[in-house]
Amino acid sequence: MDYSIKIGGEAGQGIQTIGDALAHIFTRAGFYVFSHQDYESRIRGGHNFYQIRISDRPITASRNRVHILVALDRESIFLHERELVEEGQVLYDSSLLRERFEKENFLDLPLLKLALEFGGDKIMVNTVAIGAIIGMLGMDPEIMFELIKKTFIKKGIDLVEANLKAAKAGYELARKECLRCSFRLSEFTEPKMLISGNEAIGLGAIASGVKFYSAYPMTPSTGIFNFIAEQAKDFDIVVEQAEDEISAINMIIGASFAGVRAMTGTSGGGFALMVEGLSLAGMTETPIVVALAQRPGPATGLPTRTEAADLLFALYAGHGEFPKILFAPGNPEQAFYLTNKAFDLAEKFQVPAIILTDQYLADSQWSYQSFDLTKLKYVDYRLRGDSLKNLSGYKRHAFTDTGVSPLGIPGDSSHLIITDSDEHDEEGHLIEDAEIRVKMVQKRLFQKIPLLKKEIEPPTLYGEKKPDLLLICWGSLYGIVKEVVDELSKDFKVAMLHFSEIFPFSEEVSWVNLIKEAKIVINIEQNATSQFAKLLQLETGVRIKKHINRFDGRPFTVDELKERVNYAYLERF
Amino acid sequence: MLTLKDFKGQKPAWCPGCGNFSILRAFNEAMVELELAPHEIIIVSGIGQAGKFPHYTRCNTFNGLHGRTLPVATGIKLSNHQLKVFAIAGDGDCYGEGGNHLLHTIRRNPDFKLLVHNNQIYGLTKGQASPTTLRGVLTKTQPFGVMSEPLNPLALAVALDCSFVARGFAGEVTHLKWLIKEAVKHKGFALIDILQPCVSFNKVNTYQWYQKRVYQLDDSYNPEDRKLAFQKALEWGDKIPLGIIYRINRPTLEEQIPVLKKEPLVKQKPKIEKIKDLLNNFY
Ligand SMILES: Cc1ncc(C[n+]2csc(CCOP(=O)(O)OP(=O)(O)O)c2C)c(N)n1
Ligand code: SF4
Ligand SMILES: [Mg+2]
Repeated sequence: MDYSIKIGGEAGQGIQTIGDALAHIFTRAGFYVFSHQDYESRIRGGHNFYQIRISDRPITASRNRVHILVALDRESIFLHERELVEEGQVLYDSSLLRERFEKENFLDLPLLKLALEFGGDKIMVNTVAIGAIIGMLGMDPEIMFELIKKTFIKKGIDLVEANLKAAKAGYELARKECLRCSFRLSEFTEPKMLISGNEAIGLGAIASGVKFYSAYPMTPSTGIFNFIAEQAKDFDIVVEQAEDEISAINMIIGASFAGVRAMTGTSGGGFALMVEGLSLAGMTETPIVVALAQRPGPATGLPTRTEAADLLFALYAGHGEFPKILFAPGNPEQAFYLTNKAFDLAEKFQVPAIILTDQYLADSQWSYQSFDLTKLKYVDYRLRGDSLKNLSGYKRHAFTDTGVSPLGIPGDSSHLIITDSDEHDEEGHLIEDAEIRVKMVQKRLFQKIPLLKKEIEPPTLYGEKKPDLLLICWGSLYGIVKEVVDELSKDFKVAMLHFSEIFPFSEEVSWVNLIKEAKIVINIEQNATSQFAKLLQLETGVRIKKHINRFDGRPFTVDELKERVNYAYLERF
Repeated sequence: MLTLKDFKGQKPAWCPGCGNFSILRAFNEAMVELELAPHEIIIVSGIGQAGKFPHYTRCNTFNGLHGRTLPVATGIKLSNHQLKVFAIAGDGDCYGEGGNHLLHTIRRNPDFKLLVHNNQIYGLTKGQASPTTLRGVLTKTQPFGVMSEPLNPLALAVALDCSFVARGFAGEVTHLKWLIKEAVKHKGFALIDILQPCVSFNKVNTYQWYQKRVYQLDDSYNPEDRKLAFQKALEWGDKIPLGIIYRINRPTLEEQIPVLKKEPLVKQKPKIEKIKDLLNNFY
């Protein structure tokens, strides 16, 4: 089983509602699900779509071939009809589109009429559509009914009843009318979890004990803010919407200085405003975590679309020289664990950590059997209460064997916690002394970096252990390139080398030989200038000659990338 | 018993005669009289001559970036509302570089106190105009004189319904000490704008200039009346009022946050074990 459903329409028509509901119904049925969205920067109108792929084996990307196209506007038909597979079906309502299509595989159902008749409100159109899609798929509707009850029960029994009736009407009519529907679904199994990149970061932060989150809304990072704010009450987290990103990062630095784990999230433009604050965290050795969900720039760019072109910006962000950690998870599962690792390392080494994602990963939803919570790490590295009180002397920036000074909490003892954005002495008072300055740089930078490198995992190799064709990628390209490798493995000895713990590079460097020994190496990036390849060369001296880039704001698709890899491979001869 | 000795910090690098010395004395005396020990207080400062202040007393210190005292202080206060938090900034620092934060901190009303050392000039960078420099003043970077209207911080604060608005003068230490103590006793965000002569770079607003003009508001003045406060805040010229211009009780930011009702955030252990329940929501 491997089906894709695409729902297209204008913003505000409920594409998201339908898509989210379906994705949840499928994961509850135990199917593997992958969903991604393509939307414009507007609240009403335009053309948006939501694509869901379901399978009985793990899947990590969307595919181009569509089995059911749900057209809430005419544009959806013109743009996406050609993506239909042979047995593909279009579901639409001629009264909504004001046009009839006399084609065999077009199913015209009176969604609006059913909504009014059975749900009593035109808003029920979405529910009718959900019912109709489940009907077209020939899926047992029980799970859908359960989900409707669960979703609407908070809003009253009347709404539950109306939605159930509307869904049932859509379901039954589709069963009756779609004579050409021949989809075969697998048996239901254990329910899967469904999670987006943004949610995984939020979950990872909460699992790491985040107590303070401050941010200024910016797509595509706002989902993290929403998620953490929603859990604020249950998990005792303070969330504060700052007046700008400068304030956001300074607030979390204050919170961290006062003794709690703190985080912010933003996109490129907001991150640009945070840069001075990042340097402040570096100088004052205050642990913070920043999620940077990239979107195409420069400036406002394409606000709702995807790109991964802030890698080198993030790497070099902040004036002066100080260590920082840069992670770029490849999927929600990695996002969850790497957020945890970011919090742990940021606090252990008292440095800022950045989690780089992009719109594609932030908004796409993946399904999993489960996350292994035993893999999470929580160590409180701060000195609190008695462990601070009992010290005979205390210096916030004391020189130590590791370069890591004791991180005390102000107010917990008679020891004073002092720090300064100016260069400072061990106590934290501003100085201009050349000798102390040099020692402080040594402590902050040279002592910590080798220790940090020991904590970093080397990149992940997927596919052949000794590949002829090696595909290099980082961050959100993981899932797409993985499927490309699966498909190409019939013809090539192929592998993917995926980087998620981007900086610093791991101490272990045997993987560099893979690059040196492969017959052909292709670097794939969602940006115009192959930024990662530049970093790779800087760190290892290895220069990659072949590149595949995409920077039109849309994610790579497996099919397109497969062809481009094939082409790049042939070019060699 | 606390004494002034407990607040003896590093040796100040200010110019002899600088108004900052008297502000330092007023602050230290206020702390002694309020019986606030150095470890119970925290000063967040910016960059400028005023920004060096916490190093010259004794306290927990976050000497941050130019203009960014208020967000850092807000983050600290929200994480540990039992700490007595002070923000200390220059006029350039707080009314210029960090102006936006002032507006929004007043709106939020966290219970910490802001002292602005208003010398109507950029001291540390050697004498450029600040947002409060008077029109017409010539500096190296304002060769034709300052053309913008000076900012009136008190009127701005009253307009935003700031919960405590006051003006002090470095030349009247006892009065300033009283203002600091009143601000600490008040629940909510307090702005004390302190007229501070800069003997090196402000040759217009000197000790004599201020002394000729300032007068202390007496008991007949009612700081609870906003209209009157607005009038007082606008008074600037031949006569400059000192004292509490405006005071009102407003809910503080931290008392409105349900999470902080129990105890300070920093005392609350993360509920990591509950993550299982949260994970279940994804099925
Ligand atoms: C982002 C940034 N811009 C500029 C400066 C340079 N700078 C340091 S202090 C200062 C102005 C100082 O004036 P004020 O805040 O009034 O403090 P004062 O020295 O008068 O007490 C400036 C422009 C800086 N440190 N950081
Ligand atoms: S330059 Fe002015 S403000 Fe700075 S220390 Fe000297 S007198 Fe004081
Ligand atoms: Mg000044």
